[in-house]
Amino acid sequence: MAVLAAILFSGNVAAAGSWQPLQNDDLHDPASPAIGLLQQPAEALSKLPPDTTGNLVRWVEALEKGHIEPRSNIFPETKINLLDKDILMNLKGGTPIVRFPHRAHTLWLDCANCHDHLFKAQTGGNKLSMMQILQGEQCGVCHGAVAFPLTECNRCHSVPRPGIAKPSATPR
Amino acid sequence: MGGWLAWLVLLASLALPGQPALAEYGDVVLNRRSEKEGMRPVIFSHWFHRIRFQCKVCHQELGFKMRVGSNDVRMADIINGKFCGMCHNGDVAWGPDRCDLCHSGKRGLPTGIYGGHETSGPGRW
Ligand code: HEC
Ligand code: HEC
Ligand code: HEC
Ligand code: HEC
Ligand code: HEC
Ligand code: HEC
Repeated sequence: MAVLAAILFSGNVAAAGSWQPLQNDDLHDPASPAIGLLQQPAEALSKLPPDTTGNLVRWVEALEKGHIEPRSNIFPETKINLLDKDILMNLKGGTPIVRFPHRAHTLWLDCANCHDHLFKAQTGGNKLSMMQILQGEQCGVCHGAVAFPLTECNRCHSVPRPGIAKPSATPR
Repeated sequence: MGGWLAWLVLLASLALPGQPALAEYGDVVLNRRSEKEGMRPVIFSHWFHRIRFQCKVCHQELGFKMRVGSNDVRMADIINGKFCGMCHNGDVAWGPDRCDLCHSGKRGLPTGIYGGHETSGPGRW
């Protein structure tokens, strides 16, 4: 585990804790009249709970603690669906168990963003694989693009597995 | 533990060769037609919009598909209140007359998702 952490974190060091100004981000044209009008990422993001990766913001915490209040709908008639249910995955593999929290997801997303075109709404009903996730499918549709990146193994593989000597003792 | 290390090696081999990304994580460039028609590419920032809107507003209510380049966004549609124009209508947010605020990208950028502080390939992972 220590080795894992060391390798993973070494990649983060150089970039941690800073946001590029828009004029240096290799995306915005420094000569565009928008520079100076657009908000700089550091101005907005430095006020939010810090992270070491992605936007350097813990987005779930920012929302739950009320640092930000993103609107849930534009049309008054839209139904807001929330679900507070954790799903444990990969109960037999060699890696720490994946805990999928519905709560954190439905604070941002609607059920139809995932069900059923990405995942059948049935525990264990999907054949998930890390390879496909790394290729931008399944969880990787969002994680690695907009939600925290896939380098953060432990945030998904978050439930320690009891000694590999007795895998059958793994709680359900 | 062996399994973890194998995956890590795979990951590192995918991660390291890329050039460091400077763009903010989740930034999207839209340039199917803009540059051909004499405008700078469009830059859409997830970080800016997600402070104000949950993902479900755009990707469920307003119907943006979650795949860069898969929404055929036309300027005429925006002016008619579709896509970005569902909000950039002078009501929810400022209107489509402020060309430069959206068309602010460097010339030559292909459509895609950019950014990341240590991953080299957002949109792939
Ligand atoms: C759900 C509503 C919504 C949609 C859809 C939307 N925007 Fe926005 N956008 C906003 C709001 C609200 C603001 C902030 C307006 C303000 O500050 O007055 C904003 C601001 C911006 C800004 C300025 C950011 C800054 O730094 O001030 C840009 C650029 C932008 N949007 C581009 C786009 C593009 C491109 C699209 C379509 C691909 C789009 N937006 C779709 C609501 C939306
Ligand atoms: C970010 C994606 C995502 C969102 C959003 C989401 N789910 Fe799920 N849901 C999953 C995954 C992943 C599973 C587990 C599938 C598996 O184990 O193979 C699941 C499982 C389920 C299950 C099966 C639980 C069981 O006991 O078998 C139900 C029911 C469900 N979801 C309902 C919902 C509802 C209702 C919403 C909206 C309020 C929702 N989900 C939103 C990804 C999502
Ligand atoms: C449709 C988009 C989407 C999909 C698919 C998705 N996620 Fe997420 N996930 C998010 C967003 C958005 C957040 C909020 C945090 C962020 O943006 O970094 C999040 C947060 C999380 C968190 C952290 C919760 C917290 O409290 O900080 C975990 C763990 C997680 N996802 C696991 C998964 C797993 C496992 C899968 C696949 C089974 C998955 N996600 C699929 C969008 C998604
Ligand atoms: C966004 C959440 C997420 C992140 C981040 C993540 N994984 Fe996974 N991983 C999963 C899910 C979901 C599965 C499949 C679980 C199952 O079998 O149901 C999985 C499965 C695995 C497996 C078992 C083999 C397989 O293909 O099923 C290994 C090994 C693994 N992950 C390693 C890693 C490593 C190493 C990292 C960090 C570099 C990582 N994972 C990051 C969600 C994630
Ligand atoms: C709210 C953001 C926004 C504003 C403001 C905006 N555009 Fe666009 N524009 C877009 C998007 C998104 C596209 C599609 C990008 C692409 O794929 O090339 C686009 C495409 C275009 C195109 C390509 C051809 C076409 O019909 O799609 C032209 C030309 C264009 N815009 C001109 C303008 C002009 C002129 C203005 C000011 C009067 C303007 N735009 C204001 C977002 C915006
Ligand atoms: C204001 C509108 C808006 C909001 C809010 C928004 N998105 Fe997006 N998203 C877009 C647009 C526009 C695109 C580009 C679509 C295109 O190119 O056709 C996009 C693209 C994506 C993609 C595709 C990336 C790829 O690799 O192809 C993902 C994944 C995504 N968004 C996830 C999210 C998540 C997760 C959230 C919430 C944390 C979110 N979005 C919030 C407008 C939004």
